[in-house]
Amino acid sequence: MALESKIPSGPIQEKWTNHKFNLKLVSPANKRKYEIIVVGTGLAGASAAASLAELGYNVTVLTFHDSPRRAHSIAAQGGINAAKNYPNDNDSIYRLFYDTLKGGDYRAREANVYRLAEVSNNIIDQCVAQGVPFAREYGGLLDNRSFGGAQLSRTFYARGQTGQQLLLGAYSALSRQVGLGRIKLYTRREMLGLVVIDGLARGVVARNLVTGEMERFAGHAVVLATGGYSRVFYLSTNAMNCNATAIWRAHKKGAFFGNPCFTQIHPTSLPLHHEQQSKLTLMSESLRNDGRVWVPKKKGDKRPPNQIPEDERDYYLERMYPSYGNLTPRDIASRAAKRMCDEGYGVGETGQAVYLDFSDAIKRLGKKVIEERYGNLFQMYEMITGDNPYEVPMKIYPAPHYTMGGLWVDYNLMSTIPGLYVIGEANFSDHGANRLGASALMQGLADGYFILPYTIGDYLASQKFIPVKTDHEEFEKEEKAQRDLIKRLISINGKRTVDDIHRELGKIMWDYVGMSRNEQGLKKAIQMIRDLREEFWRNVKVPGNDMDLNQTLERAGRVADFLELGELMAIDALHRNESCGGHFREEYQTEDGEAKRDDENFAYVAAWEFKDVGNWELHKEPLVFEYVKPSTRSYK
Amino acid sequence: MSSGKLNLTLKVWRQAGPDAKGEFVTYYAKNISPDASFLEMLDIVNEELEAKGEEPIAYEHDCREGICGTCGMVINGRPHGPLQGITTCQLHMRHFKDGDVIYIEPFRAKAFPVIKDLIVDRSAFDKIIQAGGFISVNTGSAPEANTIPVKKENAELAMDAAACIGCGACVAACPNASAMLFVSAKVSHLALLPQGLPEREIRVQKMVAKMDELGFGNCSNVGACEAECPKEIKITNIARLNREFYRARFLSNVED
Repeated sequence: MALESKIPSGPIQEKWTNHKFNLKLVSPANKRKYEIIVVGTGLAGASAAASLAELGYNVTVLTFHDSPRRAHSIAAQGGINAAKNYPNDNDSIYRLFYDTLKGGDYRAREANVYRLAEVSNNIIDQCVAQGVPFAREYGGLLDNRSFGGAQLSRTFYARGQTGQQLLLGAYSALSRQVGLGRIKLYTRREMLGLVVIDGLARGVVARNLVTGEMERFAGHAVVLATGGYSRVFYLSTNAMNCNATAIWRAHKKGAFFGNPCFTQIHPTSLPLHHEQQSKLTLMSESLRNDGRVWVPKKKGDKRPPNQIPEDERDYYLERMYPSYGNLTPRDIASRAAKRMCDEGYGVGETGQAVYLDFSDAIKRLGKKVIEERYGNLFQMYEMITGDNPYEVPMKIYPAPHYTMGGLWVDYNLMSTIPGLYVIGEANFSDHGANRLGASALMQGLADGYFILPYTIGDYLASQKFIPVKTDHEEFEKEEKAQRDLIKRLISINGKRTVDDIHRELGKIMWDYVGMSRNEQGLKKAIQMIRDLREEFWRNVKVPGNDMDLNQTLERAGRVADFLELGELMAIDALHRNESCGGHFREEYQTEDGEAKRDDENFAYVAAWEFKDVGNWELHKEPLVFEYVKPSTRSYK
Repeated sequence: MSSGKLNLTLKVWRQAGPDAKGEFVTYYAKNISPDASFLEMLDIVNEELEAKGEEPIAYEHDCREGICGTCGMVINGRPHGPLQGITTCQLHMRHFKDGDVIYIEPFRAKAFPVIKDLIVDRSAFDKIIQAGGFISVNTGSAPEANTIPVKKENAELAMDAAACIGCGACVAACPNASAMLFVSAKVSHLALLPQGLPEREIRVQKMVAKMDELGFGNCSNVGACEAECPKEIKITNIARLNREFYRARFLSNVED
């Protein structure tokens, strides 16, 4: 099967405009004849569902949360980018496009990234109109701040709760449509299977998480907006329930998986501090605006930070990357922190941490300003660690955060299964091998508010649909397959808990498929994951029964999928003989330890086709750069 | 970092389903790091139960960063536990002593029926929002953002109110099981912004009517909601809600 990216021809500034004109329309009277199923209610899912319902489609929304407002987008702290150029610092759509493409280490599609920059300004307008309480200047106009990977102030923010406020905006738009009866909302439902009929995505099978019953939903198109999969590492910044099940089950039904190994390791997480830890907590990257990252110049210096004089501190980001300093992109900052710790300069009890120091900023701006900018983050830090960051520097360390990989989609955001759309973090597009700060919220809302509502109409208008009801044999088959899987999980009755196996998988992933990888380690990881998968299916223990609210069963199904996805991530990392963005292969680095990209051989999207468990076929979508000539990414 | 592990006795409310009879069951949490969070402590207890083939305690949580609003339980009589301004997931075990007995119950309110153990159904909050807790603006029809200036002070006050995470602690804390703090936070957020003004009257009337219909009680100024709110939403919002409500009754053409 050939991958068709459907990138429109013509100059980059006109591609989306021309494409929109060429897309077929569904007339207003016909829109209500179409049923669209949206899975997930984060920024992408909620904004898509609301926009589609406003257009007149019948929309069914599924979420495994008790309320659509709980989606993990709510936890995003720092901000959302747009090319408004309000601060008059020479920003433009083209510059946002350029920075995002370069930031992604030239492993994203030019056309997609340009479109993202193009619609970014509409997003701000839309959110402001919804009442999102963005930060304001005294004159009443919107305020901006800067963020990692950018030399401009183009980030809009609502204190340290930007994700929350944007999500509540999208949630209120969705709620309005629920109230009007145009969206049917099903909470506490987990999508377990995709139903494909005559080659088209026509529905899903979901489990009612309260009663355990299987439920069927039929439609003309299915939209997956189910987020990322960094919980494959067990410890990550993702919420506990984030998982890969929906996209993984769709992958096994024929949707190709793009760039699975591209994981973002976020530089400013709280370090691991006790052995019973369940997740890692992210401190917003915006902290790097005013915080200075340093380690002692002397290896193993155990003095308290306040007793280490200025000239015995190594502000290594400022030293190594003078033009970006503490604002270097996430992959660069993460690897630099790891390198300092690996070389013995790490601080804290474990030596696996670096300082993020606000004392200069407090001296320069006063405590009040810092409190206004980051108060809630400082409070959160103190709550978790018991240390007061106004007085002692924070300790931070990198942690798995955002997954740039995901289901492969074309320019219309459609996967390789016709009628299956994938938006937001669940797809592979737009961020390339690294995601710049404040660009995830931008992509989620761009996909949901301004791209999918146009492109899905073209599919609906150009497709002949046979009527499909939920008693179709494909629904029967899919439901039975899901029931069998659940019965199998419960009947194993082995000795190891789900979390125990998940932790072991996470350790393999972090050690060998984490911040830096090498051939030997990846080969080892693949074997270890296979062995662990076998162990899981022989020896896992899932108490309780299936016709009940059973949280262990929910986790077991997700870990079963992670055990397959983890292998694919390692296979993808192994085949990509280059370093780029979040993917750092130790064999491919420059003399001074920077990532060495290989554009001649690897300027493509790796799209994996599922054949069987542990068996994939690689397809390549070549990436062509007409406007931005790939250059070595330098932040020095 | 603290040292010295904790051993605790837990009295946990177990209830198989909405109509089943519930009871407190005793569990022991052993060897808990003071740096562990309260939910991590429960994870450990649950993992031991699972290893024995027993059903773990059902409780809800997700982000574990105090922002999603999913977690919530009553710990020693207080929603989200003994500290102020945090959610259950932000509560750490260093605030407990070795040998403590801890009572853990679900949020209790008529409008929040128990689903299982510590999990309650808070969908009533969504229904209140669906009734009118929004600004009616279709995608793509928004004016340029800076054509709507907002006074900085108002934006800050709106943000204070908008910080509500919809966890339901205010309802659980209130002897009347009133949802007024939740409703007032949304009404304040939107009434303080110019974008929210065209629907100001109809919004407050619809939300209050829905709140009453769903079985939440009235506010009698006890103040427990403010004291237990993990986001420290101020009770002054309830005063604003009352003003907005009466104002709307006088000004609005809407029949009620």
